[in-house]
Amino acid sequence: MSSVTITIDGIKISAEEGMTVLQAAQANGLYIPNLCNHPDLRPAGLCRVCVVKQDDWKITISCKLPVKEGMVISTEDPAVQQIRKNTVELLIANHPMTCLTCEADSKCELQRVAHYVGITPDSINRYRRSVRSIPLDTSNPFFDIDHNKCIMCGICVRTCDELQNINAIDYAQRGVASLISTLGNKPIAESRCESCGECVVRCPVAALATKKSLQPMREVRSICSYCGVGCGIHLGVRGDKIVGVRGDQENPVNRGSLCVKGRFGYRFINHPERLTTPLVKKDGVLVEASWDEALDRIVEKFSEHKGEKFAALASARITNEDNYLIQKFTRAVMGTNNIDHCARL
Amino acid sequence: MHERLSEVLSPYKGRRDALIPILQNVQAEIGYLPDEAMLEIAKTTGLPESRVYAVASFYAQFRFKPRGRHTIMVCRGTACHVRGAEKILEETERALGIVEGETTEDKKYTLETVACIGCCALAPCIMIDEDVEAKLTPKMVSEILDGRAE
Amino acid sequence: MSFAELQKKARQEWDELQNGDIPQIIVGTATCGRSAGAMAVIKAFEDALKEKGVQAVIVEVGCIGPCYAEPLVNIAKPGKAVIAYRNVTKAMAAELVDSYLIGDDPLPHYTLGTIGEKTVEGIPRILDTPSFKPQERRVFRNCGIIDPTNINHYLANEGYAGLNKALGMTQEAVVDEMKRSGLRGRGGGGFPAGRKWEAGLKAKGSQKYVVCNADEGDPGAFMDRAVIEGDPHSVIEGMIIAGYAIGADTGYIYVRAEYPLAIRRLERAIKQAHEKGFLGKNILGTDFSFDINIFPGAGAFVCGESTALTLSIEGKRGMPRVAPRPRTTEAGLYDKPTLLNNVKTFSSAPMIITRGAEWFASVGTEKSTGTAIFALTGKVNNCGLIEVPMGITLREIIFDIGGGIADGGKFKAVQTGGPSGGCLPEALLDTPIDYDSLDAAGSIMGSGGMVVMDEKTCMVDVARYFLDFTEIESCGQCVPCRLGTKQLLDILKDICKGKGKKKDLELLVELSHSVHGGSVCGLGQTAANPVLSTIRYFRDEYEAHINDKCCPAKVCKPLIAFHILEDKCAGCTLCARSCPVSAISGEKKKVHVIDQKLCVQCGVCMEKCPKKFSAVECVSPKEKIMEVA
Repeated sequence: MSSVTITIDGIKISAEEGMTVLQAAQANGLYIPNLCNHPDLRPAGLCRVCVVKQDDWKITISCKLPVKEGMVISTEDPAVQQIRKNTVELLIANHPMTCLTCEADSKCELQRVAHYVGITPDSINRYRRSVRSIPLDTSNPFFDIDHNKCIMCGICVRTCDELQNINAIDYAQRGVASLISTLGNKPIAESRCESCGECVVRCPVAALATKKSLQPMREVRSICSYCGVGCGIHLGVRGDKIVGVRGDQENPVNRGSLCVKGRFGYRFINHPERLTTPLVKKDGVLVEASWDEALDRIVEKFSEHKGEKFAALASARITNEDNYLIQKFTRAVMGTNNIDHCARL
Repeated sequence: MHERLSEVLSPYKGRRDALIPILQNVQAEIGYLPDEAMLEIAKTTGLPESRVYAVASFYAQFRFKPRGRHTIMVCRGTACHVRGAEKILEETERALGIVEGETTEDKKYTLETVACIGCCALAPCIMIDEDVEAKLTPKMVSEILDGRAE
Repeated sequence: MSFAELQKKARQEWDELQNGDIPQIIVGTATCGRSAGAMAVIKAFEDALKEKGVQAVIVEVGCIGPCYAEPLVNIAKPGKAVIAYRNVTKAMAAELVDSYLIGDDPLPHYTLGTIGEKTVEGIPRILDTPSFKPQERRVFRNCGIIDPTNINHYLANEGYAGLNKALGMTQEAVVDEMKRSGLRGRGGGGFPAGRKWEAGLKAKGSQKYVVCNADEGDPGAFMDRAVIEGDPHSVIEGMIIAGYAIGADTGYIYVRAEYPLAIRRLERAIKQAHEKGFLGKNILGTDFSFDINIFPGAGAFVCGESTALTLSIEGKRGMPRVAPRPRTTEAGLYDKPTLLNNVKTFSSAPMIITRGAEWFASVGTEKSTGTAIFALTGKVNNCGLIEVPMGITLREIIFDIGGGIADGGKFKAVQTGGPSGGCLPEALLDTPIDYDSLDAAGSIMGSGGMVVMDEKTCMVDVARYFLDFTEIESCGQCVPCRLGTKQLLDILKDICKGKGKKKDLELLVELSHSVHGGSVCGLGQTAANPVLSTIRYFRDEYEAHINDKCCPAKVCKPLIAFHILEDKCAGCTLCARSCPVSAISGEKKKVHVIDQKLCVQCGVCMEKCPKKFSAVECVSPKEKIMEVA
């Protein structure tokens, strides 16, 4: 691929042909404010915040503008600044002012853009404020949907479509009434959503936010233990407890993506009902027992059921070595080929 | 409803591009678009359910609730507006005891507004089912409604 | 059958009808005629003819334009001039059969004028009346003249001659003829049609489409409907010529579902065109094949935008594609090269080919050739559809053709271009009608709505009205349009309620420019035009609302109050009895009083109060009432 040179606000940068101006700027460490752009997704060009002036005549958007040799881009032209500022002001005039208690506080893209374009109380107070009051959708066990915070960037819709191919959500209605919706705007839990949470992690505000999440004090890099795919994860840890999981962008297996189990299925680790010792049934009631006691019982009962009446189902959650041993045990000790495995996530 | 639906949908298996005519035909058959019908349309065409609703809710023609036996459409075209359409709408709302978008309790009338019915020279006007009532004044509204049988 | 034979047969049929010895009763039964009661009038004629044993043919035609005169009936007696009768009622139908068909009295007081060369004493020729004299009927050439359901009527009047001629030309020659005609897209944008056709021809691809935009969503415009209802074949012929010119084999007509009659007329016309060999395989014996599908639009103004329209045909949400993007002529419907034009543009093509580019360009101005069609409505005496040469002034249209302001009112503004257009004041009445002059004045040609406003129209309210429309019709995908129209609307609503702030005007202008510069598509980019043009020309009205809480036109309800003038009220009780909220008290023969706390400013009392008393007065600001009291 050949490279081209373009100028952004007087700075000459080089970019690969096929890149957009926004991509070229980002690759060179230049910030052009944007809200609906996401590196994993095709550009939508809807938020209009990445507006720039091209070659001193044309107002256009940088997220869809392909670089061209010699192109001159201004992000600070007065007309550009005016459009950008008004656009962000409009978003804020329709957005709840609950930043301190908001899940997205300090990582919110709207905050970042607002700071960048220089929003002041005076500039905001000129507007008629109006925030929606759509009830929170809490139907999903892992995340909540707050339409009132939604800025309609469509990143969630594109994630569900382009990356996940699920299409649980889409745009509905139109104009100022438009919102991200399932069929008939039913609770998300009643849709075909698989709760992968890919939209949640990409939401630039907190219209999609993880339930009851705590910020970790540190992160531990690990591999998800749910299935044979082996996704890279960062476990968020606070004290000695896991409080969150984040996909590892660097991991070539999943490049940051996770499924519902990997992302949200960590609460069993510190769950009070988790088994920590073997249980053995005595007089019809399960009671705690030692490992020796439990293993003795297993040997006793297994030897009564050798041959075709026995079957083993192995788990994807244990290592390959353990799985190998289970099938060896089933065939060699129990004398049957009835062995299967649950790795069909 | 299911049988009527399958009949309407039968020519459209896998026809994703025909979504709008499908929605129009289903609504013509059932009168509105219940969730079950949209689910069925999704299955027939192979489109995601959310997409069927996304498209249906975009266009003014499609309804998601059962309607009254008659539809009153108050024109809010420009010509009607400058000749007092707002007063006509208010008077109609008052006469029926409902607001725009609602259906009367006896299910006789659904009241809606329409961008323009193209009878600008007869402004202001309303359309009751297929009939246009032209050159209205507020006081004519209740007279017209009172004068209508079932 | 060859084209010449088809044409000859059609002409015979047409001549027999025109010169036969049976009288014709020609009734305009397009939607506007029907709304005014044309179908009942037909029934009345049929009954009267039967009762009196009179022989006559009843022919249904489209609309010739003067909606104010609907139902419109033309009577052609053998050997006599065709006489147009206005506002025909059932009773008049019976009277006409008696007096004119049986007797020989044409009842001149019922007439609009005579049509054609022949004259009748005591009745003016329609074309000599001020309302018609400045008009030039080209796109409307057949509307109201031929039976739109009879292809032979069209064929007999130069119909399909353009197609026949085009098929003998090269594609390049057809495109060149279109280019030289100077025709600009009649959908409102005014892009040169020939250049678009050329781009369509040059676009690479074996599959190309021709799409006709008949999604007339502009509130206050209905000329596309009139053309389709009155002369559907002209649109179809134009599309076939376009298909030939660019090398497309499929056409779509995207027509509003709210136009059921237009859809029926198109379906019928397409079927007839197939039967005669103008559509389908090997048209008129050539290698060229073309077919047309009708797509009933489901109701979204934004689908008038070309990329939204093509997405809608594909079964998607009509959200315009975001630029930078390829042109529709390169990647349109199903991403294939697509030529998309308006109804009137296609309807113009056959006559350009038949009569030549020079003939077409012989009227109009240098940069805007041909004629313009407007739906002249609002507070004007002669509402209706008009077709005028480009370059005519607004004043001529409103005061000559339109017959001046209705109810003896005073002109205040004229709005052209619908929700994307602007309001022009009296000082600009001599602006010539063409794309560039209107643009310079702060309005646009648009799709042809022209709404006349008098001093009883509040310009802030008009801006609010249009923003209300665009806010609802915005597709919602981009922020400046979705939230910008909402913010503009919220501010305008506040101003109309007397809650405007001093700095609102500044903010309205600032936001309008950002909505214009920031929006994805034409709908958003032009959404603020009504705000900008009303502020530009009627700033004092905004200031009166904001500073004095006064609506000079007495339209904005929160700023007006009704009260009864003591010295004029005769105590007739009419107002009290008709008040919907029982806010008026007073005994018979005694002065009535409006309880301002209960009053909802509906104005029924004023409407009801007999003219001879005129005892109800409307004031603004409200405080004036307190002063009176």
